[in-house]
Amino acid sequence: MGRYVLRRAGQGLFVLWAAFTISFFILYLLPSDPAALMASGGGEADQVDPALLDDLRAQYGLDRPVLVQYLDALWHALRLDFGASYTSGAPAGELVLQALPETLKLTGAALALAVVLGVGLAVASTFPRARWVRHLLSSLPPLGVALPTFWVGLLLLQWFSFQTPLFPAIGNEGAISLVLPAVTLAVPAAASLAQVLGRSLRGTLTEPYVETARAKGASRRRVHLAHALRNAAIPALTVLGVMVGGLLGGAVVTETVFSRVGLGRLTVMSVNAQDIPVVQAVVVFSALVFVVVTLVVDLVYPLLDPRIDVRRTAVAA
Amino acid sequence: MNTAPHRRRSLTAAAAVAATGLLLAGCGGAGTGTGETDATASASAEPVAGGNLTFAITVDSHCIDPQQVGNNDAIAAARQTVASLTAQDPETGEILPWLAESWEVDEDASSYTFHLRDDATYADGTPIDAESVKTNFDAIVALGATASLGSQYLVGYEGTTVVDESTVTVDFSEPSAQFLQATSTFSLGLLSPDSAELTPEQRCAGEYTGSGPFAVQSYTLDQEIVLEKVAGYAWGSEANAHTGEAYLDTVTFKVIPEASVRSGSLQSGQIDATAAISTVDLPQFDGNGFWLSYRANPGVVFNLFPNESSELAGDEAVRRAISKGIDREQIAETVLSAQDEPATGVLSHSTPLYESIADELAYDPEGAQQILDDAGWVEGADGVREKDGKKLTTTVTFWQVPEPLELVQQQLAQIGVDLQLQHVTVAESQAIKESGDFDFDYYNLTRSDPDVLRTIFSANARNINQRSPEEVDVLLDDSAASTDAAERQELVTEASRLLVRKGHAIPVYELSTTIAASDAVHGLTFEASSRLDFYDAWVDQD
Repeated sequence: MGRYVLRRAGQGLFVLWAAFTISFFILYLLPSDPAALMASGGGEADQVDPALLDDLRAQYGLDRPVLVQYLDALWHALRLDFGASYTSGAPAGELVLQALPETLKLTGAALALAVVLGVGLAVASTFPRARWVRHLLSSLPPLGVALPTFWVGLLLLQWFSFQTPLFPAIGNEGAISLVLPAVTLAVPAAASLAQVLGRSLRGTLTEPYVETARAKGASRRRVHLAHALRNAAIPALTVLGVMVGGLLGGAVVTETVFSRVGLGRLTVMSVNAQDIPVVQAVVVFSALVFVVVTLVVDLVYPLLDPRIDVRRTAVAA
Repeated sequence: MNTAPHRRRSLTAAAAVAATGLLLAGCGGAGTGTGETDATASASAEPVAGGNLTFAITVDSHCIDPQQVGNNDAIAAARQTVASLTAQDPETGEILPWLAESWEVDEDASSYTFHLRDDATYADGTPIDAESVKTNFDAIVALGATASLGSQYLVGYEGTTVVDESTVTVDFSEPSAQFLQATSTFSLGLLSPDSAELTPEQRCAGEYTGSGPFAVQSYTLDQEIVLEKVAGYAWGSEANAHTGEAYLDTVTFKVIPEASVRSGSLQSGQIDATAAISTVDLPQFDGNGFWLSYRANPGVVFNLFPNESSELAGDEAVRRAISKGIDREQIAETVLSAQDEPATGVLSHSTPLYESIADELAYDPEGAQQILDDAGWVEGADGVREKDGKKLTTTVTFWQVPEPLELVQQQLAQIGVDLQLQHVTVAESQAIKESGDFDFDYYNLTRSDPDVLRTIFSANARNINQRSPEEVDVLLDDSAASTDAAERQELVTEASRLLVRKGHAIPVYELSTTIAASDAVHGLTFEASSRLDFYDAWVDQD
């Protein structure tokens, strides 16, 4: 087991390096000029003296060959130093760490909500005896997946903030400001979870051991929740791993719509301003989250199903 | 819509503002185009002190240092935290005393002497003396490109001499008539000498000490900027309606990126005011418990700027035809808000020394066709003109709202010009600009001094047309050295005419800024550069 984790950690490092390298070169190849953007202060740079721009490029080392810039950035990144933001001058790593707690709150709340709603909906769409109820409920997840996050957010704002002032429309102040964004972010996540778990549950319910359990006198509810749900959980768990990545991506839209501070907003700002150090820090951090989450998910499988031996399964990350 | 009252211009001959015989009449009168659709909102009631005003901005550019910022949203906050040597009257464009009680300018506008008032202090109590003014200007020059606006105002800066405790002389290596107006801007606003010791990053983060009626209380990246009133501030300028401390205890700038959320938040009272309501939502705030106030941004209006080193934009016939083929009235009436106006010059009508040259900008499709016919551009099978097998297909590169240019595209199609719209991100537009590989550029520049014309067009300055020197450059360069308002106005107007006639500038429309606020907000106004001024603002107390 220890060796397995070590091997996965090695692979994780490779993923981080690849993420760093690919994002560096994509940003470098984008048609833009960080120095001109810096000088504009986000505004009108049309009058900036080209000589001053050259000074600025030299100051940030943007005048060096791209390979030198890359190796230098990589060398610093190895020591968790991503350089100073082009816009504010603050260390990029620090900006990510500052933005992180707010995004963790948001994604954490959304994930919890998604699990409750997703599992609830999956069970509700398989348990009832009435066929039409099951059909109706199982048509909800595809709808939820199809709704654009952006639209859901604006709709919730319109109803519950602008027309009926129950929740604040903007900002990060207090748990109450978390409600609408968390619901917005949870909708697609819950829907895809319900979809996968529901399908898996329907499959499991036709398995022979379910018949056996019923024959032994287990109640319908016990068979459904204890036997079938546990066995149906494996594919859902895989989805959950991917979902964490989806939530981080969804935070970009949600944080913008709800004017919340966080990693998503930081990403949008930095990409717009070609703030390469910050984008790099965000990318590496997101890759790290992904590596850790997939590892954790893989380690949880055997707990649910003792037949799974992680040491022999192919590694996905 | 063009008979609106803000068309009136009072071209009062420039009043001499210099205290001594040395003339400097920085600016003559110019129309300002201020119009408040609900004037009762702020005029009648007696101001009350106290309270907070929440104002929505669209973006946080991660810097609020007045000497470094260039973005309108950042400026809205930064402007309030500094006082400047001079102020500019938003009505007349006249330069008024602020921290400087009086000043003298030498004959060729290359040496400026300021006499400071002796009671003003920075927010930390340090006196605003001659030495600290020198520290500020030296520091701005040292900042270089990061002080993008300030460093342009100080081009040719030779140094500041401290004459005595309250007298400084600023010298330039060449004439710089724009400098007096520049001293009224936030970019040359004064920070305490201690602030000059801080790194640019610390200053961006709001750690500086300013000299204005408000000071930075807190700044949370991407979320909000909170300003608090500076106690004991007693050196407001005549450009404002009152003197003494600001009325508001605090001003909170909330960053709200989504336009519909800004509208909803204002409607539902979660914010008090904003200058960023989208055009389609504006009518709902005209009355119904809200008021709108708008002002054209002074400076260079939205223009198509030809890159004359490119083949098509280098063809004078093409440029002139495009200018004649644009129906500016139609653009203003159909795709812009009621507050935006068609261009009547290269400069907007709220710019000091502005004079209308609308006669040069009349819609004349027949004339345009004639010019193209004469130049050998004949209509092809698809309606697009051609010459020597080459189609008259040209491209404009821009990141701003596309609607006005979409209409320009349709209008030009009627005279056989195929204008392609290359709508890119800000980042891309910067890169394309730098590469020099484009036909037409498109933007506006906010500056409450006509010198902006020389800065960008003169072949001896930025030369955005990439052309060789010609007649107009003499006029432009002379305007920088003229301290006589009437003479300067003549030079600027004549230069504008030449720029339009040769198609070096193709003006389209005037950008305006519109404040939308609830009726509880009063006295929130524009300063001369159409930046927001919170000094006279107050809110109803319940």
